[in-house]
Amino acid sequence: MRVTVIDYKAGNLTSVLKSLRHVGAECEVTEDPAVVAAAERIVLPGVGHFQATERLDKTGLTAAVRTAIAKGLPFLGICVGMQWLYNGSSEAPEQPGLGVFMDGCARFPEGSEKVPHVGWNSLHPCADTPLLAGVEAGEFVYFTHSYRAPITTDTAAMTNYIAPFASAVVRGNVMGVQFHPEKSGETGLRILTNFLNWNAEGGQ
Amino acid sequence: MITKRIIACLDVHGGRVVKGVQFVDLIDAGDPATQAARHAREGADEIVLLDITATHEGRATLLDTVRRTARELFVPFCVGGGIRTADDAAQVFDAGADKVSVNSAALKDPTLIDAIGRSFGAQAVVCAIDARRDPAAADPVREAMVYVQGGRKPTGRRVVEWAREAEQRGAGEILLTSMDSDGTRAGFDCELTAAVSEAVSIPVIASGGAGTVEHFVDVFGRGKADAALAASIFHFGISSARSLKEELAKAGVSVRLPC
Repeated sequence: MRVTVIDYKAGNLTSVLKSLRHVGAECEVTEDPAVVAAAERIVLPGVGHFQATERLDKTGLTAAVRTAIAKGLPFLGICVGMQWLYNGSSEAPEQPGLGVFMDGCARFPEGSEKVPHVGWNSLHPCADTPLLAGVEAGEFVYFTHSYRAPITTDTAAMTNYIAPFASAVVRGNVMGVQFHPEKSGETGLRILTNFLNWNAEGGQ
Repeated sequence: MITKRIIACLDVHGGRVVKGVQFVDLIDAGDPATQAARHAREGADEIVLLDITATHEGRATLLDTVRRTARELFVPFCVGGGIRTADDAAQVFDAGADKVSVNSAALKDPTLIDAIGRSFGAQAVVCAIDARRDPAAADPVREAMVYVQGGRKPTGRRVVEWAREAEQRGAGEILLTSMDSDGTRAGFDCELTAAVSEAVSIPVIASGGAGTVEHFVDVFGRGKADAALAASIFHFGISSARSLKEELAKAGVSVRLPC
């Protein structure tokens, strides 16, 4: 299974590539919009600041992703890569997201708990989606982030930290996860496998 | 619910896991890749590999060790020891680490934290602090001092202030080692851990002194630690992260189980 991993120079891709290869993907890494437009399956990893997604606009990758998504290709955004699927984030208010999901991401409220949210927290699937097939309520995945997406009708899984937030989002072929499946042990590898097996018929 | 992390730490010297008290009387404790995989399989939430070789020739060995260790590891993996420049960090990330821990080089040049954070994100930078209480101070805990060279050389900096500065510069976590407790198996320095944890918003990993389950219960409660490092108690099959976490769960600590 061929997977195109978008490199927008925002951190380290080694773990994502290693995990995808471990579950049987043949990965190509690119920052070329033409390669993305011709992809079969796309992963947008992400660590760091929302502002870094500006590079996607400047290099033409945003347009290429839009085209690929419109063709129905499976797309998975991880962490900031998930947040980018929304309208934007208060982390970089001037920087628009892709806008597949019409809400914005915002910082966890300051209070009794630490921000960032770092560590293993539980996943509570709330939609029947092939991406989370075989994942039981309460399974743990690894998070590291200070901004989070709101719960909406597209939310596929919720996690509670200070208040519930969207830890996975799915609409059709567009999928995002706030946690790092590449760092989430067997549960994470299962989710990556599900993504590799995803097909337009909705089955596996 | 967010869980308290149990982090397995491997001290590595010349490509082998070693164990000793405060870096002396080192005993060979196996191959890093094998040990890391075993800890992950036995329920560790994260793996830290600290290279104590600290020689220039040791760098190539370290990168090879990191590469081999990362290959089959699907939990967070942090590497520390001898990371002096952002370029050193880049090589370690490229070899498969998710985080680097910086210590003495960051004390010498604190902008190292900014530089690594800018390129790789705050989540990838752990500021390791070796601390000793200052018995001469009015408040020995809040005025604890930062040491380097395995706790032998004082830096003149206060632990709480340095932790705050590291956070402001973009460190994502603090790895706090009590040099007073390290290797004693008599318990973590909970007062010091709590003082640092209350001073910063980023997670604090407690290290130094783990010997019993109660020590972990204590550091997660009274010590307000977000994670705890365990090295010697996992070696030689004394205990596994899973059995430790099962005991912690019984004591009411939220941990990742089953794992």
